[in-house]
Amino acid sequence: MRHKVMGVINLIHETDELERLTAGRALATVPFGARFRLIDFALSSMVNSGISHVAVFAHTKYRSLMDHVGSGQSWDLNNRQSGLFVLPPATDDIQELSRGDLYHFYQHRDYFHRCKHEYVVITRSHMVCNINFDQIIHSHIEREADITVVCKQHDKPFKGKARKIRMEEDGRVTAIQDHYGRMNSDISSMEMYVMRKELLMELVETSLAGGQDHLVRHAILSRLDKLKVYGYLHEGYLGIVNTIEAYYEHSMELLKPEVWKKLFYQPGPIFTKIKDEPPTRYLEGSKISHSLVANGCRIEGTVENSILFRGVHVEKGAVVKNSIVMQNGTICANSALQYSILDKDVVIESERHIRGVERSPFVVGKRKVI
Amino acid sequence: MKEMLWMNLKEMIAMLLAGGEGKRLGVLTRDLAKPAVYFGGKYRIIDFTLSNCAHSGIDTVGVLTQYQPLELNRYLGIGSPWGLDRRDGGMTILPPYVKKKGGDWYKGTANAIYQNMGYIERYNPEYVLIISGDHIYKMNYELMLEHHKKCGADVTIAGIEVDWEEASRFGVMHIDDEERITAFEEKPKSPTSNLASMGVYIFTWSVLQKYLIYDEATKGSDHDFGKNIIPMMMRDNKRLHTYLFKDYWKDVGTIESLWEANMDLLKEQAPLELADPAWRIYSVNPNQPAQYIGDSAQIRSALITEGCMIEGTIEHSILFNGVHVSKDSYIKDSVIMPNVRIGEGSKIYRAIIGEGAVVQDGVVIGSPLGDDITVVAVDQYISNEYVLQEGVVHEA
Repeated sequence: MRHKVMGVINLIHETDELERLTAGRALATVPFGARFRLIDFALSSMVNSGISHVAVFAHTKYRSLMDHVGSGQSWDLNNRQSGLFVLPPATDDIQELSRGDLYHFYQHRDYFHRCKHEYVVITRSHMVCNINFDQIIHSHIEREADITVVCKQHDKPFKGKARKIRMEEDGRVTAIQDHYGRMNSDISSMEMYVMRKELLMELVETSLAGGQDHLVRHAILSRLDKLKVYGYLHEGYLGIVNTIEAYYEHSMELLKPEVWKKLFYQPGPIFTKIKDEPPTRYLEGSKISHSLVANGCRIEGTVENSILFRGVHVEKGAVVKNSIVMQNGTICANSALQYSILDKDVVIESERHIRGVERSPFVVGKRKVI
Repeated sequence: MKEMLWMNLKEMIAMLLAGGEGKRLGVLTRDLAKPAVYFGGKYRIIDFTLSNCAHSGIDTVGVLTQYQPLELNRYLGIGSPWGLDRRDGGMTILPPYVKKKGGDWYKGTANAIYQNMGYIERYNPEYVLIISGDHIYKMNYELMLEHHKKCGADVTIAGIEVDWEEASRFGVMHIDDEERITAFEEKPKSPTSNLASMGVYIFTWSVLQKYLIYDEATKGSDHDFGKNIIPMMMRDNKRLHTYLFKDYWKDVGTIESLWEANMDLLKEQAPLELADPAWRIYSVNPNQPAQYIGDSAQIRSALITEGCMIEGTIEHSILFNGVHVSKDSYIKDSVIMPNVRIGEGSKIYRAIIGEGAVVQDGVVIGSPLGDDITVVAVDQYISNEYVLQEGVVHEA
């Protein structure tokens, strides 16, 4: 696996409807699950599957991405035999920035050529899951597929936006449609593709030369009849986190112990940047139930059905319910918070009552004081 | 000494004594050196001294290990968590070793430094800081060095006022108006001062070097700083100064003091602030998901770390990473070390539960009215019928 497969996390034109949460950061670095960032799931899954070379195709607002992934140390990607490569757009012309991923892949083709790996796994950052790529590569080779796309069969309508896929009994993909299409299918694409590096480079060069700009929408969709594209059904948990509603719903699902255990531990642990926060302190008089709490918090008030990131302070008499409070948020004394999402460093002053509704949580931007 | 032009010379390097067995910690140090014992919900004892070094601008630390070093060595690695993976200096683990003619275990604290004079000479520092990995405190050694230089001292010993009853456990000092030490007694039976040595020394290296060589040649010496080197320097009328430390400092050498120091962290105004962003205590982070607090959980006064899953009641206790506490269980005044499983309906009072122990359903450990601390050793499996039997649960 280590010598055979390289990873690409493609952040170019990711569907992003996270509003204020992505005002200053890429979708990939949206905080999720009390201490993680969205990209941690793809990165950790790759590393746990034995992939030791990972390229992140950064696109816009990638300052927080550089800060978060650093040298890749937290994922063990910074040693002699491994590497994390953050590749921002390489272009002189600002207009070229808006071009599709094929253009950017082409700009960085040297990177692909230099790597000796035979296969490429391409993923996005907003598919929250814990997945082993080893099995997918095996099935890819076994079925002699040209491209394997990882999909999820849903037993109920899902939040978030994803392409729909139709496939035959044997897994052969016959149709893929963008999320707004009318095709009737309970299978959605997880935007994870496995193919030979040779094929990827061929798709990049011929499609781009033929006036096409996007890997999936153009290069793959227009070749569904020529290439053997197979679907691989992922059995584990999946959160498609690219809308506020989906963000809230999938965050709250982490409060189910079976989801917590599965998503964070199986098949491998999810890693993130370490912060050296002390253990969380619960003081006399605090009340807490059904919540997810990261380290470094100080709880003096009441917390129910909520998610607290690192370093959150809930003061005396404050009540936090059904909410998500990101890093270093402070809920001052006697305030109440319901159905809200607070970005990092938000302060809710004392005696304030903030309330959203379940279908549309109240979102507060970074560093706001209310 | 070869001149090494490519290397920045160090003004002060630290020698950290981490070979202690910690006999009085009983089963907690059966397979573990004392500095590697868990403390404070996330840390190991040695994290405090290493973090002090990091925050005091000390980038060269020799860690002297001897007793049960496997776990400690694994934990320390190349010192990255404390910023000690450096091009010049950084952390070096210094175990006893075999030489051309023989070789020996570390016979005492001074002998341990003596055997590693080569390491110190390599950096040829002006000052050497001697510390041990057994104490819980936050201290800026840079300020102590300034004091040492200001006094023109040959050695500066950090001192703290302790309770009189405790004084006989330490080396105690008498000082004059200028904080110069006028008398030093190691573990006196009836102490005449309560100013105790914290076991933190800054030596002017050229002076220490002579005394180490001299002490090594002295027959019958215990090769110990408190017992031999310091009294010898007193006799020779060297300049011994004290540096008064007024903050929190705790020797966690016994089960009781380890338990107490943990409980200190739970006080409303904790005497040792772990959450100070300017003085983070660094440690190897376990990197586990955020703690999950279930529907039926009740938590009153606690320190809890990532990876925990809490469904029972926690009162005035400290839980390390990855502890699972099942429904209807009750934990009070206890320290639960990493990856412990506590079964349904179990009750734990005033206990220290070792790493990886499994406490089955309905087990009672300790008693609600008891004063003694119950200790469960590492990886013990405590099922209902074995409760309090010898060898499984160790009572203090």
